Amino acid sequence: MSFTGLVSIALGAILIENFILVKFLGICPFLGVSKKMDTAAGMGLAVTFVMALASVFTWLVNHYLLVPLNLQYMQTLAYILVIASLVQFVEMFLQKSVPGLYRALGIYLPLITTNCAVLGVAVLNTTKGYNLLESLVYGISGGIGFLVAILLFSSIRERLEFSDHPKAFEGFPITLVSAGLLAMAFMGFSGLKIW
Amino acid sequence: MSKSRFPGQLKNGIITENPSLVLLLGMCPTMAVSTSLKNGLGMGFAATAVLICSNFVVSLVRKVIPSKIRIASFVVIIAGFVSMVQMLLEAFIPVLSEALGVFLPLIVVNCIILGRAEAFASKNPPLSSAGDGLSMGLGFTCSLCAMSIVRELLGNGTIWDFRLIPPVYEPAMIIIMPAGGFLTLGCLIALVQHLRRKSAAGKEARGK
Repeated sequence: MSFTGLVSIALGAILIENFILVKFLGICPFLGVSKKMDTAAGMGLAVTFVMALASVFTWLVNHYLLVPLNLQYMQTLAYILVIASLVQFVEMFLQKSVPGLYRALGIYLPLITTNCAVLGVAVLNTTKGYNLLESLVYGISGGIGFLVAILLFSSIRERLEFSDHPKAFEGFPITLVSAGLLAMAFMGFSGLKIW
Repeated sequence: MSKSRFPGQLKNGIITENPSLVLLLGMCPTMAVSTSLKNGLGMGFAATAVLICSNFVVSLVRKVIPSKIRIASFVVIIAGFVSMVQMLLEAFIPVLSEALGVFLPLIVVNCIILGRAEAFASKNPPLSSAGDGLSMGLGFTCSLCAMSIVRELLGNGTIWDFRLIPPVYEPAMIIIMPAGGFLTLGCLIALVQHLRRKSAAGKEARGK
């Protein structure tokens, strides 16, 4: 696989087809934990980490277990089990060896199991027919795309707290509308072409 | 017993506790597939089918499963039904399964389904759990339809591929683009909040 191919996969996942703002994957944590910038950064990092691991492990499971045994119809079930156990292992590993990071990520780690961006990246890797390296790059850059979007959005939301808006729009609606404006800004990347 | 409560459940699922507009669960599919009424309705029914089956089965096994591993077992039950729905759609309505794409397997991580399994089905008998699944699923379908009617009409000038607005009007493409999904859902929830506030104020006035 050529280097340029990998770069275009990465740029595509971060900017052109951003997981949150263009593909609508992982909206729940995006709206749920974007009130403060530092928690948003923690969540973004945790998701990036798990997405990279999940891409690799689901690729291995698919390639060495499901395809040889002709069990592709079990894909959804197998992937969600892989992701759930992966999150559990990451949690235990961090707790033992990197307690600082573990405390920083806190409750966000177990929540990642039900983040549709993680299952989404695994399913997309399979449907796009990526090889192991491409899957890894796609997973990492998808996670970085998530991190970029949630960081930008949390800094918008911190300012939104003090702004004046119509009563009916209080809380969730105004958040969604500003997310829409951010998505509009990301539409500008859609014309971006690499080689 | 479950029969007499069903109308109340239905109203609860569609209006008072509408999963996507009031409880704010399952946002990803709500915005992603609501670009046309066909997709919205298909997604709604697929999720409803999974919700009814998984609620029923979760409620059947609720006394057997130790509480420590209940979430994991719920996820496995849900994933099983999702795979079934996925295969059925691929076999009988391939167009729809292609249009929904990655969001079909992603029903597994739809918070509405796991949420109802945990909040309702794990504490109630099978029949009323299935009723709860049906009403919550219909509530999800209704809000998906509302979203997709607005978006298809404004963004494409059609409803169910039937042209309602004469071609003189240039459809606003932005509404069916991703950004439009956020904007439409934001406005819809604002409308719901406005109506709720109004009815709450009306009740208070009448109470006095």
